[in-house]
Amino acid sequence: MKRKLVILGNGMVGHRFAEKIAEYGGTEKFEVTILGEEPRRAYDRVHLSEYFTNRSADSLYLSPSDWYRTNGIRLLLSEPAISVDTVSRKVITSAGTELPFDELVLATGSSAFVPNFEGVDKQGVFVYRTIEDLEKIMSYAKQVSKVAVLGGGLLGLEAAKAVLDMGKESHVVEFASRLMPRQLDEAASSVLKSKIESLGVRIHLNKETKQALGDSSFQGLDFVDGSVLEVEMLIVSAGIRPRDELAKNSGIEVGQRGGILVDDELRTNVYGVYAIGEVALHKGMIYGLVAPGYEMAEILAYNLCSPGQKTKSYAGSDLSTKLKLIGVDVASFGDALGQTEHLPIAYTNPRTGVYKKLVLSADGKKLKGGILVGDADAYSNLLTLYLNNVELPDEPESLIVGTPSEEGSAFGSLPDDAKICSCNNVSKGDLLGAIRSGACSDLKGLKECTKSGTGCGGCIPQMNSILKEELRAQGKVVTEHVCEHFKYSRQELFQIAKVKGIRSFEEMIRTHGMGNGCEVCKPAVASIIASIYNEPIQKYREIQDTNDKYLANIQRGGTYSVVPRIPGGEITPDKLIVIGQIAKKYDLYCKITGGQRIDLLGAKMEQLPDIWKDLVEEGFESGHAYGKAMRTVKSCVGSTWCRYGVQDSTAFAIRIEERYRGIRAPHKLKSAVSGCIRECAEARGKDFGIIATEKGWNLYVGGNGGVNPKHAILLAADLDEETCVKYIDRFMMFYIRTADKLVRTSAWLEQLEGGIEYLKDVIINDRLGINKSLEEEMNNLVGTYVCEWKDVVDDPEKQKKYKHFINSEDSDPTVRFIEERGQKRPVDWPKKELVSN
Amino acid sequence: MNTTAKEPVWIPVSTVSEFPEDGGVCAKVYGEQIAIFHFSSRNEWFACENKCPHTGDMVLSRGMIGDSQGEPKVACPMHKKSFSLKTGACMSGEEYSIKTYPVHIEDGTVYIGIESPGTQG
Repeated sequence: MKRKLVILGNGMVGHRFAEKIAEYGGTEKFEVTILGEEPRRAYDRVHLSEYFTNRSADSLYLSPSDWYRTNGIRLLLSEPAISVDTVSRKVITSAGTELPFDELVLATGSSAFVPNFEGVDKQGVFVYRTIEDLEKIMSYAKQVSKVAVLGGGLLGLEAAKAVLDMGKESHVVEFASRLMPRQLDEAASSVLKSKIESLGVRIHLNKETKQALGDSSFQGLDFVDGSVLEVEMLIVSAGIRPRDELAKNSGIEVGQRGGILVDDELRTNVYGVYAIGEVALHKGMIYGLVAPGYEMAEILAYNLCSPGQKTKSYAGSDLSTKLKLIGVDVASFGDALGQTEHLPIAYTNPRTGVYKKLVLSADGKKLKGGILVGDADAYSNLLTLYLNNVELPDEPESLIVGTPSEEGSAFGSLPDDAKICSCNNVSKGDLLGAIRSGACSDLKGLKECTKSGTGCGGCIPQMNSILKEELRAQGKVVTEHVCEHFKYSRQELFQIAKVKGIRSFEEMIRTHGMGNGCEVCKPAVASIIASIYNEPIQKYREIQDTNDKYLANIQRGGTYSVVPRIPGGEITPDKLIVIGQIAKKYDLYCKITGGQRIDLLGAKMEQLPDIWKDLVEEGFESGHAYGKAMRTVKSCVGSTWCRYGVQDSTAFAIRIEERYRGIRAPHKLKSAVSGCIRECAEARGKDFGIIATEKGWNLYVGGNGGVNPKHAILLAADLDEETCVKYIDRFMMFYIRTADKLVRTSAWLEQLEGGIEYLKDVIINDRLGINKSLEEEMNNLVGTYVCEWKDVVDDPEKQKKYKHFINSEDSDPTVRFIEERGQKRPVDWPKKELVSN
Repeated sequence: MNTTAKEPVWIPVSTVSEFPEDGGVCAKVYGEQIAIFHFSSRNEWFACENKCPHTGDMVLSRGMIGDSQGEPKVACPMHKKSFSLKTGACMSGEEYSIKTYPVHIEDGTVYIGIESPGTQG
């Protein structure tokens, strides 16, 4: 007969424990029952504040609705345990059910700690812990305009941001003299405070609450120092209290200040009863973070499922945290507050809002902890040094001041067993082994060989350092090679192609490369050749990236989307009707893009030439939405219609888009023109953006809204149109000539030594003496423009390439659509099996 | 080339001149979609199933071919996972793999070797 395993608590830790039991085959051995007090199954409480914006519990659930059933686990919701009989070994639930157990796991978590001041029970005071709490908060918030959050810790600041996002005046009240008092020192807190205040959240430190104001409903806080804060609602986030009452009443031993006492194997004083997560008190510590709870769940599940084998023990967890609070990087690890004998080194830059502190051992040789605010890039490196107890370089300050040089990095001194990738448990030795065996010589190869860096990706900077250090140690020159087929960077290949007049991939690889090429170097060379000679790219079809090869964007199901150019977003009613008619004719799904164009999705490959023919006949041309090329120029209506517009932004946007259409670059390029400083075209989120001033145009460069959103930086102000165009010519060609493959202008500008000042010197003052040639090259590209769709429409031979089968006129019979909101969309990809880690 | 226990049945698909150099096409062979690559820079031919094992989409013939450490491969156009054209193994460290087929050229005609035609449609 199976043993009976009962889990009390269906929070994140209780759920993880159940998952691990299932993973270790425990459901063969145990009849598992899990009890939850909330009406819904386990969800991600760490990302609770997302509920404020997306209002969807679905996206927070930790498992599909049938997970428990599929895994043979009985789940009882809205049914907490009310007592545990440790003698007859059974749990009694609120519904009166008696559940006998052989093993009992308490994962009851914690509740919000609510300070005991007068009036704390008034209407309008809430805690911040569950989805139900959030729903109450949102509903009550409708009638108020000012909200305070009690508690300046992680969760409190998160709640303050949610309040701000709801459009309310947001206050944070903290008892201590600083924010995040458990993780940050005074200096770090002060940097964080001014950052958060600049976003509009008001912070009140050193505030001990005496009583709540108001009659029946909450009207504000009255502090011990005599001051008063008038707000209409209070969210309490002042810490947690372990939910140990059940244990206490059942004779399970608890700590003096709460928490169920457990040993290194998570056992309580009662045989067969265990505690994990925020309710467990281990060596005097209660962990208010999910990661230690997960670690406990894993260890206990392992021990219960593998009797006779060596058990695992829990050694306590590291309290390191790194998070983005309201857009500010904050990280803290180890003995961040320097509570033992230590040597501190700190760096503060009030101008940029950056604070970094290292807590060194008294002899300065080891790292014991640290704090980073405003710039936490060094976090993963520092954490590795700390966790592995590595001896520091002679000048440890180099770790936080400026950019630590690769040569002087401390990774050479990391022991080989130092863990680098914690997601996949890869050590430095594993990485070195892979590099030394010759199996890989670049980051991509190293990822494939070792799996390191394929989880959260946090260790990639360290992998890079270790890789480069090892390659240097082997006497290899570390350069930015395009791939294994070319020992040159894109910039070098560009110069080679230009100087030697190379016009094909075949010639390039025969004269300067090796092997047969690949999906990395072929498109890179194709882009270089296109940027120099601007020939129709269908001439070199087989080296073009997928989308360029078919002049459309490949989408789910292997179908394509077609985006005609609509310069500046301006379109006549007749042309709008034509697009609608063509979409209807080919049954295409329509969507307005973020760049003021119309996306026509769901075209089968063999339909593409016909669709283009219809569009070209009506005066449309390719919008190059598929290429690493100049795409759209967004605009507002400017002085033509807008009561604020100071220049004709639409006309200028059209001129810009038509000038640069189809130009190939290392990455896609986008632009926008705004008619006044209100910036309705969002020009500063573009690779180059133009904003009208009373006197002319301001030109900004290096922005984008991609993975790492960046605002463009001012290159020159108050330009007339001709000068503005001239500067854009120079800027684009300089970028095309010198950027690495797939590097957008923002990253290119960041890597450019001397940054924007240097770029200004090149483009405005002609520091390199190349402006004439840049302009000539651009004029050549502009003068040789051909619509790539038309090139296919005019050539029956090229159209043949769009058949799905070489030996049949059929289309792909596997492409299937379903209807959604009145249009068709491709069916979903097959779902991957639920993989638990 | 794939080795199979039984001698395959050779199915003619098209003439060599219909194939792009260093590129791929898709052929319908007894109801199956097969991607065929004329790897002209190696003077070799390869064939594999057309289906991306990761998304299920019929797109591998549209992928770019190349080599890695001398091993001929095709990169799936959906997410750039590479597959060996010799063995069908995924070279991007994933567990997916694809079926490969032998190719035979005779008198300017391209033939695909299928084990037992008619049973796979």
